[in-house]
Amino acid sequence: MKHLLPIFKREFAAYFATPLAYVFIVIFLFAMGAFTFYVGHFYDNGIADLSVFFAYHPWLYLFLVPAIAMRLWADERRTGTVELLLTLPIPLWATVVGKFLAAWAFTGIALALTFPIWVTVNILGSPDNGVILASYIGSFLVAGSYLAIGACISATTNNQVIAFVVSVIVCFLFTVSGTPIVLEVFRGWAPLPLTDAISSFSFVTHFNAITAGVLDLRDLVFFLSLMALFLAANVVVVDLKKSGG
Amino acid sequence: MIEIEGLTKRFGPVTAVAGLSLKVGKGEVLGFLGPNGAGKSTTMKMITGYLAADEGKVKVCGHDIETDTTAAQAAIGYLPEGAPAYGDMTARHFLGFIAEVRGFKGAGAKARIAAAVEKTELAPVLDQTIETLSKGFKRRVGLAQAILHDPPVLIMDEPTDGLDPNQKHSVRSLIRGMAPQKAIIVSTHLLEEVEAICTRAIIIDRGAIVADGTPAELLARSRYHNAVTLMLPKDDAEKAFGRLKALPGVSGVERVAGADGGVQLTVFPKSGALLIETVSGLATRENWKVKELYAEPGRLDEVFRAITTSDAARAKAARK
Ligand SMILES: Nc1ncnc2c1ncn2[C@@H]1O[C@H](COP(=O)(O)OP(=O)(O)O)[C@@H](O)[C@H]1O
Ligand SMILES: [Mg+2]
Repeated sequence: MKHLLPIFKREFAAYFATPLAYVFIVIFLFAMGAFTFYVGHFYDNGIADLSVFFAYHPWLYLFLVPAIAMRLWADERRTGTVELLLTLPIPLWATVVGKFLAAWAFTGIALALTFPIWVTVNILGSPDNGVILASYIGSFLVAGSYLAIGACISATTNNQVIAFVVSVIVCFLFTVSGTPIVLEVFRGWAPLPLTDAISSFSFVTHFNAITAGVLDLRDLVFFLSLMALFLAANVVVVDLKKSGG
Repeated sequence: MIEIEGLTKRFGPVTAVAGLSLKVGKGEVLGFLGPNGAGKSTTMKMITGYLAADEGKVKVCGHDIETDTTAAQAAIGYLPEGAPAYGDMTARHFLGFIAEVRGFKGAGAKARIAAAVEKTELAPVLDQTIETLSKGFKRRVGLAQAILHDPPVLIMDEPTDGLDPNQKHSVRSLIRGMAPQKAIIVSTHLLEEVEAICTRAIIIDRGAIVADGTPAELLARSRYHNAVTLMLPKDDAEKAFGRLKALPGVSGVERVAGADGGVQLTVFPKSGALLIETVSGLATRENWKVKELYAEPGRLDEVFRAITTSDAARAKAARK
């Protein structure tokens, strides 16, 4: 823990050291708003809830989160600071987790800044705030899962663009695996357990379960273990790079 | 305090470090010499735990870098090649981060930072972001970071590369000042640096040690060692050339055109012969108009060239 904290603090402060963080937050909020109001026709629904707003989150994160994750390791490799970082007396896991948590906290801030929409629905009507809270938690977990994937991929390269593109693709696969289109393709021929397994790996399946208002332990475990898995993979990748050069 | 045994690292077909072994103790400043691509940086990266060795062992203050990584790293101060640092941080924040990682808090951290800043003369730029600093200051931020925890072992990869003569001088004084309490490895391809700061020099070529000794011992390997060089006007030089060659103990004389029409003659001794007195005696007797006359301590660059290989030869050999 004593090692994790300095890494977290440095990484987190780094987001706000450049205008990039503010640009990101503005784009994030703008995209959230645009999808909710123009694509999702928020006002036309006539019901005071945020399901339309949350429904787009996994799809927006698909591009926004890899944009944050891409620099986590690739940029350190490009500038050479990775050599400094990895020769400081910090256990590798603490460096990996510290970086991840800082990025996750940053997306958390961006997500929290969408609060005006929550205020708006509460003025317009009386939504179920329990469901909204669960949805926010679900959204935060999806962001964290994408981030863990993106961080791991970022560790494999010193090229941020490659890190971004590959992360988007991998995250995309995790997202679409639960959509009706993909499941239909498998349903035709694959045995039911396989189709279910594919569906159960989808972020959307678990996210929808949460936004429906049930914060089921299984969904929580799914996201948390997925993050743990990719962070462990991240440690392995960085360690392998030590031998590969 | 540093023990290296049989260290080997391959990058695909290239063997960057080939079975390197050495020990560095307290009070030693080891100059790591070698042409570009000799494997100096790769060796340092393995000592500090950034790269894993293919074969061999590294122990720092008794801690194995492979199995006891953080304990070994805690004992090391490392300045990587090019002094990488987080460009968007100010020097103050960066050193604060390093202090925190190294386990210093509050007043203790402040004192450590202040001491490192004073030694590296960083005070005027402390609140500037590192990316806006000149090369010299950036290098000094890297040095401050490396010495902040007063480590028993200091590893510096080309600490004076790209600095101006004043900056080089101050970095060298800093290293010399710290030397007695530490085991230090400094890599460089600047030969004068070895004479200026090192108690011992190792020349590596193609990843292996080809020479190991004090700077004086290395100089003694030079064919210029104990040679006598004198500067004469052109007409005197013509006469002197033959006379010098005929002196006992002389193995040969070389002639180089010097500045303002003079000629520089270098008289090489047969092994072990000391020529300075015979040569200066002859010059006085013959009334040559000698502008300069001195005994050569040896030329490090010549030793270096004689025992290391050229880039092209090395690249070819490495791929075999
Ligand atoms: N990451 C790497 N991948 C492949 N080859 C490398 C890598 N790092 C160094 N090398 C090669 O290893 C050799 C030694 O390099 P290096 O240790 O940087 O030499 P020096 O620091 O003495 O100039 C060179 O031939 C270099 O091209
Ligand atoms: Mg080098």
